[in-house]
Amino acid sequence: MKLKLALEVLGFLVLAALVAFLPRIVGDFTVYEFAIVGMYFIALLGLAILTGYSGQISLGHGAFMAVGGYTTAILSVDGIFGHELRDLWTIPIAGLVAGVAGLLVGVPALRLSGLYLALITFGIAVSFPQLPKKFDHFFGGTTGKVLNLVKAPFGLETTPNRWLYYLTWGIALVLLALAWALLRGKPGRALQAIRDSEVAAASSGVNPATYKTLAFGISAFYAGVAGSLYVMSKAYMNPDVFPIILSVYLVAALAVGGLESLVGLIAGAALIYVLQNRADDVTRWINHLPVLDLDPKQPGMPSVVFGVVLIAVMLLLPTGAGGLLRRLFGPLTSRLYSKS
Amino acid sequence: MVVPAFTWTEFAQQIAAGIRSGAIYAGLALALVIIYRSTRVINFAQGEMATFTTFICWSLMNHGFSFWTAFPIVLAIAFVGGVAIERVLIQPVENASVLTIVIVTLGLALLLNGLMSLIWGGANRQFHGPFSTRTIDVGGVPISVQDIGIVVVSFSLVALLGLFFRYTKLGLALRAAAVNPDSSRLVGVRVGWMLALGWGIAALLGAVAGMMVAPVVFLDPNMMQTILLYAFAAAVLGGLDSPIGAVVGGILLGLTITLLERYVGFVGSTLKLPVALLLILVLLLLRPGGLFGRVAVRRV
Repeated sequence: MKLKLALEVLGFLVLAALVAFLPRIVGDFTVYEFAIVGMYFIALLGLAILTGYSGQISLGHGAFMAVGGYTTAILSVDGIFGHELRDLWTIPIAGLVAGVAGLLVGVPALRLSGLYLALITFGIAVSFPQLPKKFDHFFGGTTGKVLNLVKAPFGLETTPNRWLYYLTWGIALVLLALAWALLRGKPGRALQAIRDSEVAAASSGVNPATYKTLAFGISAFYAGVAGSLYVMSKAYMNPDVFPIILSVYLVAALAVGGLESLVGLIAGAALIYVLQNRADDVTRWINHLPVLDLDPKQPGMPSVVFGVVLIAVMLLLPTGAGGLLRRLFGPLTSRLYSKS
Repeated sequence: MVVPAFTWTEFAQQIAAGIRSGAIYAGLALALVIIYRSTRVINFAQGEMATFTTFICWSLMNHGFSFWTAFPIVLAIAFVGGVAIERVLIQPVENASVLTIVIVTLGLALLLNGLMSLIWGGANRQFHGPFSTRTIDVGGVPISVQDIGIVVVSFSLVALLGLFFRYTKLGLALRAAAVNPDSSRLVGVRVGWMLALGWGIAALLGAVAGMMVAPVVFLDPNMMQTILLYAFAAAVLGGLDSPIGAVVGGILLGLTITLLERYVGFVGSTLKLPVALLLILVLLLLRPGGLFGRVAVRRV
């Protein structure tokens, strides 16, 4: 076990080094793109805790991201008690507000299982954008709110995109380490036990209600932080910033990344970004295959490509990118374990 | 928001409109329930499958077919398409986790939606239905022929399906395969094909719902998305594994939403969906299996 721990710590350090080194070799805009990927990664970490470990399917995580986003927008534009907050300090508040919202959803979720929960959370995702339209004084309605552009604090000499990148990935790595520490110990075991059999877990002394609600809260906290960062990167907030389909994309990306692999989620996060913003590049790349001649500019093409990719990944790699990693490195590491 | 004065005639019209939307939700909800009972997943592609077949109907009508000649052709295409989808896409992941199958249906929804934009373009289209929109007098209340037609067609189909499931050997085999696949296999039911047949029937139900709703709203690739959400809600309301529940849930939901939108000023059209979902959530907290569903007893 010690060796496994050492390997995991080593893997984390390699990842951190890669993250720190990356902006030195790519351009400014690519750095921005990777920052966005980092934000999706944070949201996916939260979803992995909830869906991957505690087994509760949420199709409403886009709404929790929007809660975080609105918290940041309202605090930094309208302020609280007449003080506008610096965007940086709204990040933890956004996480907490979303976390509380998650706990509130988590309590009724205790009585719903499986697909009932999926449908109710999907209902949350669909309903949430209606609230800013109804209470437009507070939320800014369909036009929304315009934030100040992101700027590096403390007089740091760096471009806004680089600052955003380091900020996002700094937070992402801390949250990754936290999730890992949480899931490898007692809480992780308890959550997995609940996922596999709630009755068996309860009879072994695990309290499913506490753990499931907590999982919802923590998961929503992650989503809130991600939403806050995303709004900072866009510098505006309205109901369209987090479209309903985002909640669906997040679950799809979780499945693509692999339900139980935290690092594999980076692949899922990249997939959301690429397919939302770079679908025509993907189409052009697919055109290199023989026979095919697709027009990347045609409407509907991104959906077709995303759909085919999702189905293909699920048919070919049912355990996602994380499962693929495990299959590739499994023989190697299992040999290491048997020696130790 | 000012709510206009209340009249009984208008109230009766609202009820009729509620039942008309309810009949459409019921049809699609029934499709979801049929697939849920056999495959244990929610088919997120149900709405896009229905829209796709409605587009086929539109194309046929553009090539000179009348609605009622196109209707059976479209139903046949929908049925074969549903069976083919199950055999090609769902069967390989049959034993995978629920999430995996859900993702496959989501992928299918995206794929079909994109294909519709590619083939027919994303613009709104007028779909000329088989029923006229003129109103006739029913007991002193003017109700459109179209509304009555939609309700009659939807409920005849539901009734036919009910008879099929209840009184034919194939219907019995379908139900058996859904309830207990292993024992059904032992007595010679080909469970795999029963699942495919279930998908075919669901696709057929969806096609009818699509062709009925298209004259009311406009036909575009996203036509069924909101309706699918209401159908989900209706299926959950009635209990995901109860076909009768799906129909009752659909009607109840159609009525609730129409009346809420019209008579509760604060709710209006922006909050009708959230409020309806909130009501369903409350109901689920009281009865976790929905109105007609059963809560499974778990054994360790």
